[in-house]
Amino acid sequence: MAQRTALYNAHVEAGAKMVDFHGWDMPLHYGSQIEEHHAVRQKVGMFDVSHMTIVDVTGPEAKAYLRHLLANDVAKLKEPGKALYSAMLNEQGGVIDDLIVYFFNEESYRLVVNSATRDRDWAWLNQQTAEFDVQVTERTEFGMIALQGPQAQDTIKVLLSDEQHAKVQGMKPFYGEQLGDVFVATTGYTGEAGYEIIVPVSEVEATWNTLVGAGVQPCGLGARDTLRLEAGMNLYGQDMDESVSPLAANMAWSVAFEPAERNFVGREVLEAQKAAGTEKLIGLVMTEKGVLRAGLKVIVEGGEGVITSGTFSPTLGVSVALARVPQPVGETAQVEMRKKMVTVKVTKPSFVRNGKAVVEF
Amino acid sequence: MSQVPKELKYAPSHEWLRDEGDGTYTVGITEHAQELLGDMVFVELPEVGDNVAAGDDCAVAESVKAASDIYAPVGGEVVAINEDLEDSPELVNSDPYGDGWLFKIKIDDDSDLANLLDADGYSESIADE
Repeated sequence: MAQRTALYNAHVEAGAKMVDFHGWDMPLHYGSQIEEHHAVRQKVGMFDVSHMTIVDVTGPEAKAYLRHLLANDVAKLKEPGKALYSAMLNEQGGVIDDLIVYFFNEESYRLVVNSATRDRDWAWLNQQTAEFDVQVTERTEFGMIALQGPQAQDTIKVLLSDEQHAKVQGMKPFYGEQLGDVFVATTGYTGEAGYEIIVPVSEVEATWNTLVGAGVQPCGLGARDTLRLEAGMNLYGQDMDESVSPLAANMAWSVAFEPAERNFVGREVLEAQKAAGTEKLIGLVMTEKGVLRAGLKVIVEGGEGVITSGTFSPTLGVSVALARVPQPVGETAQVEMRKKMVTVKVTKPSFVRNGKAVVEF
Repeated sequence: MSQVPKELKYAPSHEWLRDEGDGTYTVGITEHAQELLGDMVFVELPEVGDNVAAGDDCAVAESVKAASDIYAPVGGEVVAINEDLEDSPELVNSDPYGDGWLFKIKIDDDSDLANLLDADGYSESIADE
């Protein structure tokens, strides 16, 4: 039987259509995924992300371990609470997972990794500890809610004291802080301002219900996917996996080649790929009727590539996609749609931020 | 359980057909079908004047999830299309048997109707899925 989060009953009672998501029974939508999408862009929505895996890394060599394990460099993290996005690579430079790491001090970090890759991640994290004085601990006693949208900052006060809320209002993006029982981070997967909130499992349902009472729209995996895609954020297993280099997945910005002496897993392969050149993740916008879908063939100047994620963009009213293609690219691409070739516009792989279009079409 | 109105006829491919009493029939997709597809984002309709045979793919319902062909339940001439769907494809979700209708066909041969299911037959067919 599929695993259930502590919010399973709340989802069913709210009329959610439940689907299997990598072994978890999760809500796809609560009626209309497009309305849920708009709620996050225009007001505030929330997602049950309790299926995601929280791993604490502690010990005298926690920092050295993570500098070896991750393609981004945790030595950049100086202020307690500061977070970093990183790939975790295999020896061949393929992406095992993408994750967020929070810094508490040089002997204490928190990772939030994908649920789809939980078993692989857990085995890898443990395998890599061999040469380090470090402990990795999965924190299954927590649940997690993502509160996202322009009204999130105001809405979150229903969960906090005035003093805590003042602290949260002062938080810059990509920080996390423990406030009593609640860990609040200014992170998300939607391209809007908002928070990811970690609470003890016993408190998740009460937290969720308080937010429902404050008028927050529950949102399912459907809206989560269209929001992240509009924001140009990768989905593991779709836009990259162990066979894909981060350099071909718009993650080069998160690979820290400097300092040169830091020998992270996959470094050698990535340096060779960087010198030789790789495929590239681009954005596509189609103004004709129809929806670009994952798996469709894409032709650019450099040859043939593939759409890794495609959807109808509720914010833009047209279809958008991410595609991995050979270079050079050019200003337009051809996509084979329902037996005919359609010309689409090539853009940066990011379409909407903070409620506004960031591409022209 | 989704609604399956008694007065309509159904194709196993999830279209419904309403007899307008003047030799024309209105066609749409069932509540069950729209639930499977999810939020509709585009509906491509045939043109008025098109001649279609029973079973022809003559329209496309494109949702957030997938593009799905819609088949003519009976053969004949397309005499009207629901132009409101151009701007409001979500009518197919919110009112599949009413404002979310797709097109009207003037039937060529009444014997096509014999191949369709009644409400009970369609309910059974979707219960098996």
